Amino acid sequence: MAVPMNLETLTIDGVRDAIAAKTSTATQIAQAHYDRIAAEDGKIHAYLALSNERALAQAAKIDALAAKGDPLPPLAGVPIAIKDVLTMKGSPATAGSKILEGYEPPYDCTAVARLEAAGAVLMGKLNCDEFAMGSSNENSAYGPVHNPRALDRVPGGSSGGSAAAVAAGFAVGTLGTDTGGSIRQPAAFCGVVGMLPTYSRVSRYGLIAFASSLDRIGPFTRTVRDTATMLQVTAGYDPLDATSSRHVVPDYVAATKKPVAGLTIGVPDEYFGEGLEPEIRAAVEKTIEQLKEQGCTIKRIGLPHTRYAVPTYYVVATAEASANLARFDGVRYGLRADDSTLSNMYRKTRDKGFGAEVKRRILLGTYVLSAGYYDAYYRKAQQVRMLLARDFMTAFADVDAIVTPMTPTPPFKIGEKSDDPLAMYLADIYTVAASLAGICGISVPCGQTTDKLPIGVQILGKHFGEETILQVAQAVEEGQQ
Amino acid sequence: MSENSISVTLDDVRRVAELANLDLTADEEPRMQRDLNNILGHIATLSELNTADVPPLAQVAEILGDQVKASAEALRPDEVRASLDRAVVMAEAPETDGVFFKVPKVIER
Repeated sequence: MAVPMNLETLTIDGVRDAIAAKTSTATQIAQAHYDRIAAEDGKIHAYLALSNERALAQAAKIDALAAKGDPLPPLAGVPIAIKDVLTMKGSPATAGSKILEGYEPPYDCTAVARLEAAGAVLMGKLNCDEFAMGSSNENSAYGPVHNPRALDRVPGGSSGGSAAAVAAGFAVGTLGTDTGGSIRQPAAFCGVVGMLPTYSRVSRYGLIAFASSLDRIGPFTRTVRDTATMLQVTAGYDPLDATSSRHVVPDYVAATKKPVAGLTIGVPDEYFGEGLEPEIRAAVEKTIEQLKEQGCTIKRIGLPHTRYAVPTYYVVATAEASANLARFDGVRYGLRADDSTLSNMYRKTRDKGFGAEVKRRILLGTYVLSAGYYDAYYRKAQQVRMLLARDFMTAFADVDAIVTPMTPTPPFKIGEKSDDPLAMYLADIYTVAASLAGICGISVPCGQTTDKLPIGVQILGKHFGEETILQVAQAVEEGQQ
Repeated sequence: MSENSISVTLDDVRRVAELANLDLTADEEPRMQRDLNNILGHIATLSELNTADVPPLAQVAEILGDQVKASAEALRPDEVRASLDRAVVMAEAPETDGVFFKVPKVIER
């Protein structure tokens, strides 16, 4: 490469500018990433599959555009990788599960297709917890991902590979999915930016469903501005997802350039209670202080049903999962275990194909939906979900954005919590309420612990309030420099 | 749902596993029983809330005004359109004759 690049700090604009100025080519940039993956991913395990052929064909197209001096699309030549629960034609989609081993979907996820249409070079598929169920990436059937900032620690989950790939310099941006925190928590654990768009903002077509009323696709990047660019490209109505919103897609990048002075920031007491590590509290409080110095009004607010969010989430999400995962039956694609009768074939296939956490959630979801329990669990949880949504809607009548810690603790050691599912679920305390309410959120790095582990701050916005939270996130990012 | 009434038995675990078409090993059953009881014990805290007058929220589109209109428009015109190629789809199947998915015998005689 003519000008050496630091792949750990490279941004979308950095790639486009280098290609436009002819100091590098899309092909060289893609190859430099593949070389780095080959050299380093053995110790991180972010990728499950590489898509060299598709990537290099696209890079060649971008280079031809640049050679002619044609205008470059917004993601021209930008290496982007995709969580393995999203489909990408020509590449496997295992969802981190043995039950989909060998499956190659014959179509592209809409968000993936939109990235490529905007010039992105699709590098490959990223490791994740099986069917996106987990908070540590230890539930992948293909082995855990190691946190690039501390190799003995988890990268978070379920989009652990997506966060780690950005942190390790294996891609400039990635797509993940967030059902109960699966973008925001790993972004915090790996020290990168990760965004949960409003429910229905980005089409779910091509997302292997976990919990359809909660599942969302969103970006991981190194900068807030890059997140805005990736959201810009992926957001908007899609005829292939009837739930996708026709709400206008504003200029998200422009929003990052607006000063935050005059905004009112809500700080909910419930997110600063017992269990929050002092170093994380201090970093988030310092971030809030910086926003105040930039002209924001800080307002203490209450989100009184917060403590019910985790139990509500684990009813709603598992109930939906038990229905969605019924499709994995060994008939149309993926694994089939042999047996002489159909019902035994179903059971053996699912026993062999699903890991322990997936089975646990299917059992729990089936239980809460089963005769005699539906009203006590599922209907009850849907009612509390309404209370949680109302908490946020009431708060957003008074504030423009809400700032909270992203996680109660820094990334934990691999193996530390893997034998205690309830302890793992309880760590989702700051993420699941926003998931249930359908509002948008973003995780931004806001410091480090004394052990040099990343700390993230969460900025939450009202439905379709992405511009405001990007604006605040940009201010937080600038406060770190 | 009260906190003391929650106790999933091994038989419950087996019944739910059967409903979900899951085959659990003898080792897995007591483990799943323990985990379900722990998690359901935590879920029982929801019974502290009086929700008698609260409507259930199944999907957030219900609380987003503009979404209601969108869902009414969700029906597409009834036109014949190209779909995925049969050969490509069937190539993913564990067992097929090229036209149908093949499965083991369903009816015993």
